[in-house]
Amino acid sequence: MQVEIEALSKAFGEYPALDAVTLTIPEGELVALLGPSGSGKTTLLRAIAGIEVPEAGRVKFGGIDVTEVPIQRRQIGFVFQDYALFEHMNVGDNIAFGLSVRRAPREEIAARVRELLALIQLDGLAGRMPRELSGGQRQRVALARALAPRPRLLLLDEPFGALDARVRRELRRWLRRLHDELHITSVFVTHDQDEAFAVADRVAVMNQGRVEQVGTPADVRGQPATAFVREFLDVQE
Amino acid sequence: MRRLLIGIALGFMALFVVVPLATVFASAFRDGISAYVHALGDSEARSAIKLTLLVAAIAVPCNVVFGLAAAWAITRFQFPGKRVLVTVIDLPFAVSPVIAGMLFVLLFGARGWFPGSHIVFAVPGIVMVTTFVTVPFVARELIPALEARGPAQELAALTLGASPWQTFWRVTLPNVKLSLVYGAILCTARAVGEFGAVSVVSGHIRGETNTVPLHVEILYNDFHYQAAFAVATVLVWIALATLVIEQALRWRMRRRR
Repeated sequence: MQVEIEALSKAFGEYPALDAVTLTIPEGELVALLGPSGSGKTTLLRAIAGIEVPEAGRVKFGGIDVTEVPIQRRQIGFVFQDYALFEHMNVGDNIAFGLSVRRAPREEIAARVRELLALIQLDGLAGRMPRELSGGQRQRVALARALAPRPRLLLLDEPFGALDARVRRELRRWLRRLHDELHITSVFVTHDQDEAFAVADRVAVMNQGRVEQVGTPADVRGQPATAFVREFLDVQE
Repeated sequence: MRRLLIGIALGFMALFVVVPLATVFASAFRDGISAYVHALGDSEARSAIKLTLLVAAIAVPCNVVFGLAAAWAITRFQFPGKRVLVTVIDLPFAVSPVIAGMLFVLLFGARGWFPGSHIVFAVPGIVMVTTFVTVPFVARELIPALEARGPAQELAALTLGASPWQTFWRVTLPNVKLSLVYGAILCTARAVGEFGAVSVVSGHIRGETNTVPLHVEILYNDFHYQAAFAVATVLVWIALATLVIEQALRWRMRRRR
């Protein structure tokens, strides 16, 4: 499903978090929102999800305006930065949640949970509580939970932010493979250019609530469009 | 250091909790078990116990519902009057219970704003004033619990397609269940034990508008010491029962994990 963001604006008090952002997320692509902290990338992601309400502009899913549609009807999957797993439910119930609130048949839910546990390579851990899992495992459970109801769009907020370097590289490769298998339109937020360039089909570089440049990793790296992009990429290298 | 701290804790508890409690029971059973049973079987005592349980059965659920609604609204939404609400929730703690009782007399008494309403010096007044003095307990327990958890899990539930009601029942409430139970227990303890405020609005009609604490005072003032202490033990039993319920709930929750 293609996502179009048209002139989206949002301010927190005096501070403009999004300044007339326009961006298209093509169907089936994995897009990174890259930028320093305070650049508006997380606000943009949350606005796409409906968690933040924009002051101006539109968000369209597959050509349909969803700006006024509440979060629970947007059919999205969202992976939160700290995962936000339901601490009082075991892994299986966490993954089943999105299906059970839709009152899906019991057998269908059980089959889907098994399928996803296999996908995230945590078979046999359905009965564990979230607090008994490692950071990387929690991350994957959060992803499986988001994928379970078959969302039209997957949004990930700093998906690897809280993990150590080794687990991070592993999960990065795994997410890329997963996307190649599922082809679900996905957007993830990161402040780490290596991560953005290694995983994404397309990178949108953000600064001060504006999109500075959009392009494939090769384009952005090869021809930085603005002084900010050049500087931001240099600083990190 | 360790011994000193433990010594202070145990010594203080013994002096201020265990000894008085033991005295209550010693005095209640002073004339034997049959005298104890007789004191509780007295028709005025029975009607006082019934009234106290009735009052708690209305006041506690009211405050559980109000406390949940208020705590959820305060911790999750921005709205005009929010800071006023936070302050007003604490008001019953700040106001002396006797003043609280007088407020209701002023409002609903013979010379009040709603004269002839049969609220003061009757059961409705006792229920209302008890609800008033126990307002803060549930909300005060829930606000920090909800604040500590933040909205992340609720937002996650919404992105997964849960309606706001489903989110509340399946995510918010289970996460703060223990705080809610604890708040309800404190609320119950206060509701059955309240003396000052109830005393002002009750009118002390024996067998009709006397709660357990009021009845204990009447018996004591009439020099029925043994009966007074026997009825007083009812409050201890109610307190023990609520603690047993709390422990049972905790146990069930742990076992389910």
